[in-house]
Parts: sequence; structure tokens; C-alpha cells
Amino acid sequence: MNINRRNFLKVLGITGASLGAGKSLNAAAAKNESDKEFYSVLYDSTLCAGCQGCEWECALENGLPDPDLEDMPEVGRIRKTNENRRTVVNMYSTSKGEAFVKTQCMQCNQPACASACLTQSMYKTKEGPVTWREDKCMGCRYCMISCPYDMPKFEYFSKNPKILKCDMCHHRIIEGKQPACVEGCPAGALTFGTRREMIAEAQKRINDNPDQYYHHIYGEHEAGGTGYLYLSAAPFEEMGFNTKVMKKPYPELTKGFLYSVPSIFVLWPAMLLGIHKATSNKNQQSDEENE
Amino acid sequence: MSNSGYILTKKNDRKSVWKFLAEELKPKGKLFTPFNLISIPVIILGIILIIIRFTSGLGAVTNLTQEVPWGLWKGFNVVTGVAFAGGAYVVTFMVYILNMKQYKPIVRATVLNGFLAYMFYAGALVLDLGRPLSIINPIIGNDFGVSSVLFLVAWHFLLYMIAQLIEFSPAVAEWVGARRAHKILSGMTLAAVIFGITLSTLHQSGLGALFLMAREKIHPLWYSEWIPILFFVSSIFAGLSMVIFEGSISYKVFSGQINEKNKKAHRGILHGLSKVCTMALFVYLFLQVLNFVHSKNWEYLGTRMGNWYLLEIIGFVVVPMILFFYSYRRQNILLIRAAAIMTIIGIIINRLNISIIGFQWDAVQQYYPTWKEFVVSLTIIFIEIWIFRWIIRRLPVLSDSPGWAKDK
Repeated sequence: MNINRRNFLKVLGITGASLGAGKSLNAAAAKNESDKEFYSVLYDSTLCAGCQGCEWECALENGLPDPDLEDMPEVGRIRKTNENRRTVVNMYSTSKGEAFVKTQCMQCNQPACASACLTQSMYKTKEGPVTWREDKCMGCRYCMISCPYDMPKFEYFSKNPKILKCDMCHHRIIEGKQPACVEGCPAGALTFGTRREMIAEAQKRINDNPDQYYHHIYGEHEAGGTGYLYLSAAPFEEMGFNTKVMKKPYPELTKGFLYSVPSIFVLWPAMLLGIHKATSNKNQQSDEENE
Repeated sequence: MSNSGYILTKKNDRKSVWKFLAEELKPKGKLFTPFNLISIPVIILGIILIIIRFTSGLGAVTNLTQEVPWGLWKGFNVVTGVAFAGGAYVVTFMVYILNMKQYKPIVRATVLNGFLAYMFYAGALVLDLGRPLSIINPIIGNDFGVSSVLFLVAWHFLLYMIAQLIEFSPAVAEWVGARRAHKILSGMTLAAVIFGITLSTLHQSGLGALFLMAREKIHPLWYSEWIPILFFVSSIFAGLSMVIFEGSISYKVFSGQINEKNKKAHRGILHGLSKVCTMALFVYLFLQVLNFVHSKNWEYLGTRMGNWYLLEIIGFVVVPMILFFYSYRRQNILLIRAAAIMTIIGIIINRLNISIIGFQWDAVQQYYPTWKEFVVSLTIIFIEIWIFRWIIRRLPVLSDSPGWAKDK
């Protein structure tokens, strides 16, 4: 017999430790423990004039290079956010005429990026914005793999790269101010408030002008609910939206796997030890029979 | 093994440890072999590229895009390489848990191979990290991202490397002649094996679970909720095929190290492993077919990706399965080796399909690795082979243990 009490206790200790670790998995969906509600931005595409004012305000506020004046929104050319611009406006030709769509990080209620991050560098703040914490990130880019909107961007040509994306001007929100793009929008297409208020406002606009709006608030349920909410005249699939996106939070996709980890950590060692004992007993018996 | 006490072997009990090490560090064997002539230039070029990567950023060497942030180094060296390192947990399971003593001659080489694979794939991971110095953050708790699959995989990598080191450590003790340490370390083997198999089950499947959140980004033929299970099952035959492949090469290259008894056992071991491969491939095929039917993926069959999928499943799962089956019935070693190589190619295709080829398959800007990425990938593998060879020539891995260390 190779197994002795010490080995057995060792295995027992390991399983115990893993059980303890398993418990903390319940923290997966970060609970908003304060009584604060998540803040939200409502973007009404029917009001947007495509002036790119939000792009300029964003660049000014976050110290990014000035937007390219030649680079205007046009139909058929999709501009994307990158490490130098955190929001862009695109133009689409829809069944309701030409329309603009502003894109940026959606600030999901239960962000895939934050649950993917192995150092909690991507972090859902209690105010609602999803922020990136420089002192924790190791640059593995798993957030980029996980994000259904491909929003985290990476500085590929830097020695000490950052992950960059819109953080809904978190630094302004904690000062009690609105995000720069909301404040600077001359057309009033952006509205800032708590998520509950913004959903109520969106519903009100649809109810007041049922002919003017497509009857759906994009972001109310998409990816389990997002911080940015959208209203539009045309169906969202005509406006370049990701309509294949799940209606439940993305972290749920890995929940089953993560929950199976503690059970395997308990079952496997016990089972392996059992098989080992069973097979070695058999060998001993057959040895005795041979003798 | 009752004579305890810290005694070095006769060979070096009068020499200092440093002298012993200095002597062992000298190269043994010829310098101008075909392998050396190919690998040395590649390694030199690779090291230059790695320096460029660290001074000018990942973009200077790789073709990675904002949509495809994981390329060849993660997709091939890490995700694929770990599957091939799966042989270590399967063989230790057979030898230590199921007590199949006939496979004992290959345990050490397999564990060593597994350990080096993990070490170098962790190295590939570090190259790929944007901020490599922060790699300690998930270990020291800045912060523990316990909801992350990658957190689990990272910890398991680390713990499994320690477990494998313990499994292999008796060979090191025999090499330096530390009898007492040998006794203690041998006593820890079973615990390390049990711990190692548990960790392997979880991180082999965990590597698949990494892609679970990329639901819309991976081609539907390759994405499924079963990715973790498929990754685990395929790691069994991927690992064993690598054991057959590596074992067959070692058998020729290091023929002088292997004793007559183990040389005779070589054929029997390959036959036994091919049986396990047949079964594992069958289970995998069954799961793939079930998954295919379950996800109603018929519509994709006529497309380019559909044909590619069929080639992967029929050409590199069904065909090697039949070959393995046929070859152990016919006792045909050549066919076993052919089947193992086909399985290895199949696993490379499968892992790359999930992590690179099928990932953002419909993106406007596609990712194609640069030649520099290939050179660095090869550099990592070549350095690993160099170290493997260095150890094989010195430690009792394929060769016999010294007399004092023989079992009971």
C-alpha cells in the first residue's frame, strides 16, 4: 500500500481548501451593495444630427488626439472605435431614411469583460460605468475575447500597453457631473440619469410618439441589460447593431463550468484514491494466489 | 530502502556539488546534427524577435487586431500545446491509479515532456502578455478575479507544474545521488499524481471554457456549450498521440539509453496506447456528432467552413480512429505511428479552428500570423526540445535508475 494516512490527509486538505475557494464564486455577479442605482445614458437616434460633437467632447475630456475632420460618417463605411477614439458616430441607410448611431462601450450591467478579467482590472463600479484599473491589468486581452461588442481596445505598439474604452466619464460622474459627450451634445440626443429613469423616459417617448419610434429599447435586455440605452426609428438590425447578442448576461455562459469546479475537486481525488486502492488490492490478491 | 542518511553516490562523493554540476553542464553528443543545424538559426532569430517584441510592442512582431486579440502564440503554443501535454496525466493515471505496471517505462519521459511543455507554454503566455510584469497579480491577490475562467486556468497551470515537478523529482534525486531526498520525494508521488489528474481535468476543459463567452464570435460549427467536455476528451488522445510520436522518436534517437527489457516492451506499450486512443477518439466523435445534430448545424454543411469542418471530423478523427483500431488488431507499429501523426494534425486544426480560424471568421479584417510569429512559436518549441534532450542525456529518464533507487 502506497497510500498512508498522511497522503490521505493531504488530499483531504486540498479538497477542503478548494471547497472554501468555491464559495467565493458566488461573488461572480458583483452585487451593488450601496443603495445607489447604476447611471445610464439614453441615446435617441431620431434626434442625432451626426455632428460628431460627442467625438470632440470625448477627445478633449480624455486627452485623446483631435478627431480627423475629413473622417465624416457616411453610409456604407463603418467607423470603429480604437485606442485613440472611444466613441464614433456612423451613418446608416434604413427603411426610415438615413440615421445616425453613436457607438461606445455599452457599460453592461453584468459585463463579460469584468467577469473574464482574472485580476478584476476591468471593474463594474457602483455608479454603473465599467472602468479599467491600470495597476492590476496584465494585458492578457481576455476581456477583448469575451466582450460581445468588441469594445476594449489594446495599444499594440506600446511597450506598456493599456486597455482603452469608454468609461462613461466615471471621473466626472463621481464629481456629480454628466459624461462629457452628454453635456456637449447640441442636439439633445443624449440624456443622462439613473438607469430606471432612462428606461422610463425611453418608454415615455415611445408611448408619446408611437409612429416615430421602433418599439424596442436596445440595451434594456441585451446582454442582460446595458448602461447605454438606444431609441431608433428603424429596426436595430438595419442600424449595424449586434442583434444576435444574448438576452441574458454573458457571465452566465461560464457559470456552469465554474460551479462544477468545486465538485470535481471533491469528487476526483476521492474517486482516484478509491480506484487506486481497489486496483492495488486486486494485484496483491492475485500475487498471493500465484504464490 | 532502510539505509537513510544523506550520502552522495560513489561517483561524486569526493567531488563538490559545483564540480559535478559544471561537468554535467558540458554538452554531450555531436554538435552538427541536422536538428541542431535547423534549430540554432531559428532560435537566434526568434530571440532577436522576442527582444523587438518587448522594446516596440506586440504590434511590431504580430498581426493581431482589435477584433482578434489572441493569435498564434496563444492559439498554437498555449491552447494546442497544453492538449499535447495531456499525455502526462493520462499515463500517470494508468500507472499509478490503475496500477498498469507495463506502462512504467514511459512515465518519466512523459511527465518530463509534460512539465517542459507547461513551462514553455507559460513562457509563450508571458511573451503574449501586454504587461508581463503584472503576471503575479492574480497570484498575490491584486486582485483575485475568481469569476474568471482564466484565473482558474492560471492557478491550475502553476499548481500543476508544481505537481509535475514533484512527480519527476525522484529522477533528479537519483541524478545528484540524494538518497534521503529520493525517499521523501518518491513518497509524495501518489498525492502529486492525484492532485495533478484533478487539476488536469479542470484546466484541460478550462482552456475550452475560456471561449464560452465568445458565443457569437466563434463559427457555430465550433462553438457549443460542450467545448469544455470536448477539450477534455480530446486532450486524452491528443496527449497519448504525442506520447506515441515522441516515444517513437526517443526510441530511435536515445536508443543507447534504453535497456533491452524496455526496448522489447516498446511495441506492447504502443499497442496498448493505440487501444486507449481508439476508445477516446470514438467517445469524442460521438460527442461531436451529438453536438452537431443537437445544435441543428445542417445549414452550414455546404459552405466553405462546413467543408473544412467535415475534413476535420472525417479526415482527422474518423480516419485515425479506424487506423488505430486496425493497427492494434494487426499489430502494425507503422500504422500506429501514422495514426498518431494524423491525430496530432487533427488536434492542431481543431484548436486553431476555435481560437483563430473560426474566431471572428466573418470579420472584415482577418488575422493572418506574420512569419515572425511562426519563428517565435518554433523558437519556443525548439528550446523546449533542446532542454528535453539535455535532461534525457543526463538524468535517469529513459535509462535505468541507479541500483540503490530500484523499487523494493
